This record gives sequence, C-alpha cells and structure tokens, in this order.
Amino acid sequence: MSEYGFGNPEVVEEEVDILLIGGGMACCGAAFEIMRWAEGTDLKIKLVDKAAMDRSGAVAQGLSAINTYIGTEQDPADYARMVSNDLMGITRDDLAYDLGRHVDESVHLFEEWGLPIWKTDENGERHDGSKGLPALKDGGKPVRSGKWQIMINGESYKWIVAEAAKKALGTDRIAERVFIVKLVNDKNDPSRVAGAVGFSTRDHKVFVYKFKACLLAAGGCVNIFRPRSVGEGTGRAWYPVWNAGSTYSMAAEAGAELTLMENRFVPARFKDGYGPVGAWFLLFKSKATNAFGEVYMDKNKEMLNDYPPYGQAAVPASCLRNHLMLKEMKDGRGPIWMDTVTALANLKETLSPREVKHLEAEAWEDFLDMCVGQCGIWVGENVEPEKKNSELMPTEPYLLGSHSGCCGIWVSGPEDLGAPTEETEAGVPGHLPSGWSWGYRGMTTVKGLFTAGDGVGASGHKFSSGSHAEGRLAAKSMVKFALDNKDWKPELDTDVNTLVEEIYKPVRTFMEHKDYTTAIDVNPNYITPKMLQFRLQKIMDEYVAGVATYYTTNEHMLAVAEEKLDMLKEDAEKMRAKDLHELLRAWENYHRILTAEAHMKHIQFRQESRYPGFYYRADKNFVDEENWHCFVNSIYDKTTKKWTVFKRAHVDLVDKSKLFK
Amino acid sequence: MPTFVRTDKCDGCKGQDKTACMYICPHDLMKLDKDGSETGHAMRAFNQEPEQCWECYSCVKICPQQAIEARHYADIVPLGGSVQPLRGSDSIMWTIKFRNGTLKRFKFPIRTTPEGSIDPYAGKPAADMSKITEPGFFCQENGYRPGDRSELIRL
Repeated sequence: MSEYGFGNPEVVEEEVDILLIGGGMACCGAAFEIMRWAEGTDLKIKLVDKAAMDRSGAVAQGLSAINTYIGTEQDPADYARMVSNDLMGITRDDLAYDLGRHVDESVHLFEEWGLPIWKTDENGERHDGSKGLPALKDGGKPVRSGKWQIMINGESYKWIVAEAAKKALGTDRIAERVFIVKLVNDKNDPSRVAGAVGFSTRDHKVFVYKFKACLLAAGGCVNIFRPRSVGEGTGRAWYPVWNAGSTYSMAAEAGAELTLMENRFVPARFKDGYGPVGAWFLLFKSKATNAFGEVYMDKNKEMLNDYPPYGQAAVPASCLRNHLMLKEMKDGRGPIWMDTVTALANLKETLSPREVKHLEAEAWEDFLDMCVGQCGIWVGENVEPEKKNSELMPTEPYLLGSHSGCCGIWVSGPEDLGAPTEETEAGVPGHLPSGWSWGYRGMTTVKGLFTAGDGVGASGHKFSSGSHAEGRLAAKSMVKFALDNKDWKPELDTDVNTLVEEIYKPVRTFMEHKDYTTAIDVNPNYITPKMLQFRLQKIMDEYVAGVATYYTTNEHMLAVAEEKLDMLKEDAEKMRAKDLHELLRAWENYHRILTAEAHMKHIQFRQESRYPGFYYRADKNFVDEENWHCFVNSIYDKTTKKWTVFKRAHVDLVDKSKLFK
Repeated sequence: MPTFVRTDKCDGCKGQDKTACMYICPHDLMKLDKDGSETGHAMRAFNQEPEQCWECYSCVKICPQQAIEARHYADIVPLGGSVQPLRGSDSIMWTIKFRNGTLKRFKFPIRTTPEGSIDPYAGKPAADMSKITEPGFFCQENGYRPGDRSELIRL
C-alpha cells in the first residue's frame, strides 16, 4: 500500500476475545494451555510480541539451569517459605504455593519437547541431557545445583518452548514485531480493560485490538538506573535490555493496583559480564572473598543478626548477602573475588581426568548457555578459571517479579489455600478488592486484565519454569472469564484517531521540527529517546539509591528525584522518533519513566529499609517489623498523573518459623 | 560485545525483504542497508545500535552465511579474544580464542528432538471444562505436587 508511509500509518483494527501481550515464557505457557481450554468454544485468540517468539523475553539467549523445580521430596509449602524469606518476609504465600504445586508440570513438558536436562546416574555421576537417562516424569534424577535448581543444556530453551507455543496457536494467531504501548479502558466501565494499541516496528501500521480479556506479560524493567558500563557495555545488562517496564506502566495507566514496587533486585554477579554465579557457588562449591582472601559471609556473619529473623535462616535473604559484601567494598577491602581456583582444585582432588575435563566444560557451558558476554570478558582478559580468579560486583538495580524480586501487579490468587478474605489495613481505596481472591486467578484489579511472570508481584522466584506455569494458570482463568462474559462487547473509551495520534506523536514532533536545526539530534523542540533515557538513569542513580551512592537514599534525595522526574515526564511528551526503530525506543522509555516513578514513590512511602543490600533509606536504616511488615501498594490515575500509595496487611498462610529451627 | 557483520560474507539474505538477523534480534538492532546509503555496503546488514546489544548471539547463531561475529565491548574488554558458535540441529560447537592465543573448543547438546517435531497436543487429553476453576492443568505430566494440606495454617 504505497500511500502509507512514515508518518502516515495504516490503521488495522481487530476484535478478539483474548489477547496475549508478550512472547516470553509466560505467554508461551499461556498459548499452550489456552488453545486446549478454548477448544470447542469459538473464542478468538491472538498473541502479539514486539520481537520474534523464537528468541524473545528473558530466556532469549538460553539458560544453564531451571531455577524452580520442586521435585518429589519438597512440598509447595517449603517453596513458599523460601520465597518469603528471600524477600524479607513479605510475599503472598497463596501465589507462591500455587506456583509451587504447578511448576513441575511445565518442566516435564519442556523435557518432552526436547530440552536436555542433566541427570545423575546410580553412581552419582553427572550426565548431560542428551544421554537418554530416564525423564524426570519417569523418576529420572536431576542434577541439583541447589535446593530448587536443576542443570540443563539450555541454549535452545526458548526456541523449544516457543515451538510448542507457536504450534499450539498456529501462525494466523501470532503477530510478531508489534509493540503494544497502551491499554485502553472500557467506555462504559472504566474499571475494565477493553483494548490495546501498538504499532509495527517493521511496517507503517498501527494496531488497535479490542478484547474481553488480555494477558499482559511483557517482562520486568531494565535500564532505569545508570548502568555501571556506559559505553558499548550499556547493552550488557544483567536482565535483558529489552525489558522496558511495559508490563508495570501499561497496567498502572489502566488503573491496576501495583504491589511492592519498592522492591528491586541487585544481583551480585561476575563483574562487567554479569555471568551467573549460582553454579559456581552451589555446584562447584566456590567461595567469595575480599581482597585478603577472607570469606565475607563468615567474617561479617554477625551483621545478619541485625535483621531477625530473615538473616537467621539456613540461607539468608539475597539482599543480606549483598549487605555483607558491600561492607567489604565500602570499607575499602575490595575487590571481591570468586575463588574459582581453589574451588576447581578441590574438586579435581576427587575426580578422574575424564571428570575433570567434563567439569571444565560445565564451567564454560554455564556462561555459554546464558551469558556469552561473560566468556567474552574471560577470553579478552585471559581468564582461565582454574588459574585466575574473577571479580564479583553488585550490579545496577533491576525491577522484576519472576527472579529474586517481587515488584509487580496485585493479582487475584487461588481460593483453596486459606488466603484472607478481608483487608485489615485502613487506607485502601474503596473501589479495590479487600481479600486476596476476586474470582479469576491471575486477574489484576482491572477487570479483564491478567498478568503472569514478571508481572505478578509479591511472589518472586518463579524464574523461567514458574513464569511458564503462571502463564498457563492465567490462560485457564481467562478462558473462564471470556466465557462468563460471552455477550459483553468491548468499547474503547478513546476514539481510534486520538489513539493513533498519541502513538505517533514522537513521529509528528520529529517531522514538524527536524529542519529547524542543522544537527538532527540537537533541537530545542524535541529530545531523543536516548538522551531521555540518560536523564532518567542519572536521576535514579544519584537520588534513588543507584550505584553512585552505594544504593543509599533518604527522604530529601527522594524529594529532589520527585521534582526531576515530574519534569522528565513532561518532557517525555516531546520525545522524537526519526524512524520506527526510534519510535520503539521512545515508547520503551516512556514505560521506563512510569516504572521508575512507581519505584521512587514506593521507596518514599515505606518508612524503613526493608531490603538492606538492595537499597538503604539512610534516614530509616532499619527493618521495622512492627509497622512495616506489610505490603506497600499503589494505583496511578492516568488523568491527574498522580499516584496513591497505601498499605495492605501481610498474612502468613504457611508457618515460617520452620525456617529457623 | 556488539555484534558486527562481515562484508565478505553477508549476502543480505539474497535480496529478501528481511534478513535472518533482522527477523531474530530481540532488540530490533539489525538492519539491512539496501542501497548502501547508511554503511557504504549495499545489501549488507548492520547492527544499528551497538551500545544496546545484549550479546545474546541470536543473530550470530541464525546467520546462514556465518557472517556475524562479536567484537567484545570496547569500553570493557581488551582486544584479541573471540567466542564463536556453530549451531546445528542437535548441538552447538563453540570455538573460544583467548587474547593470548589459547584455544578451546566445546560441544554441547541443545535439543533431544528434531527441530520442528513438537506436536504439542499429541497423546494429551482434551480439557475437562468441569475442572476449569480447580487447580491443575488440562494435562497431567506427573508433576503436580498437591502438597501436605496440614502445612496450610489458616485452613
């Protein structure tokens, strides 16, 4: 269609019953589950992904382990307890427990579809997943690299999971390279979602979808803080650089209640490449030390007693492990080393030469399967782990709900686990549900809007397998929701032309002003998405507890951030897009700003430092169990552009004291 | 390590509208320079935003000409090393060259079934609509862990 071009997009309108937004593990799980439940109904289903499903989402590169596999020897309650303690006691046991009882089902499917899973034979020797040992579902014994983790040959993990999802859906139900940037509420019921709009990053097309229900599962949020590497290395984020907070910001704008947006994850990883450390600690039994060879987890052990009971579990919370490491760094006893040399030497003492060769391959595969960039650093710096130790470093902060983090959206949980049916904290806005379940598992407080994976807050430690399982749980209840609302017709609260203009505003801005100056990137009438991102990262880094201040802030610094973010949000209206690629970046950065703002507001509201090692409120540098053992939740008003932040009561559904016996 | 495209190997996927690397890049980084106006090399792909490259190697692995390699982040990594895969249907071969010349090779399995062979619902039951509000999925793969109900302290 030659009349369409840059600045003059074709508008494609489509009505479906259920829209899946995203193509990562959660939406792939949903795709597989939903088509079976929808069989025999005439429900119309579609999936939109801003990338290509074969390599989209956090598992795009592959993984060397599946971090959540319960197995037959542990109970979902044990899993819920671990999740709770790692996240300093404030998680939804109903969500974690429910995930724990379902997650292995997905892992067994992955193996059936062709994912090689390492096995231990009867002699205790490890074998990679191509050796034909019995499958997990038939009693095969996985190689545990920790209590919950199992090792895999996972280079093609996402490719395999996507193949199953694509086959389940069929090509006609998939639109790739379509970036959804905004949800649209229903004209007659503002508490309900009725549509979503986005654009093709390939063709000059805007897509307007109407639906009864949608699954918003577009990942966590990366690059809102200034990263430690600011040149080419900016791309070497620990979590995927394409996770732009779209899940949180679009949900917030649609009116969904967010939870624990103050939580963040600051992984301690191999410096600069951010290669995984789990296998090194758990499988190869390596120790991390300060510059003088002292093991900081032993040396600073007493510091864990400052945070009872979370520091006193057999495995202290992740943030507290950072807290002990940061003590060494701040006191000038860095660098921090992963002592790979000693670890491998110890292992070699008991192994045959064949096993040693295998061990070396395992160590490299750990990186090659999921973080090739770390290998790049090792080869560039001539690091052979048996001969030279590697530095560790806590990264810039990340926001996510599926890894060791629990920010996200407040969702309806299962009904059979004893979750509260009433709210005991005052101050929750009246239109929001009071208990933890309001009918449809995985539905947010906005009718018809579901989420999974990084989107679901207050749980965490789902990882790849759990996100897949959670997508499947949401799929089931979306089918139920769509069937229960069979005769309901969605109507958008904004007309299509207005929506199109809003999406293409950065393009219009560019077209209108580009000839005002001779330098395309320097123009008083617009800001490039790249510069806007730099500004966001600088604010967050310097005032909202980034690496510049060793993750420290206070109410005064937050007040400065608030003012600067307000102006940044205003200037976001002036972002330019010189092509479709930059339009993608413009909207990603818009999503980042709202997510960052939520993070800042929540840290400001919570009058304590709940996650020492992830962030510190220097003016409230303690954990206050009496007043702040609660959820901090919020809603956003897209008209006034203001947040309302409030408490929700925390309740244990499983006995946590078992962790400390 | 942003990826780069070798001019002597890239054939622009033989004049198709979109190249394999454009198809696969999760971050929309690869671009085909059809007329050479952007790079001086017509009908070759290039990485349009190298500082946004996650080094996921998706483009490296998918390129039918093996025209894509990675030059490790210049702001972090000393020059001279390289990490190059050759991805087959059931395994991947890695050739790893250190700055000092040391060479290592590894081969790892990537899948146990032929590519494209997944039949997602083969041998699986239909969904039982009467159970749509109960825990569990439409199929049971011996992985559902019902749990010890006495652990739930509010029941």
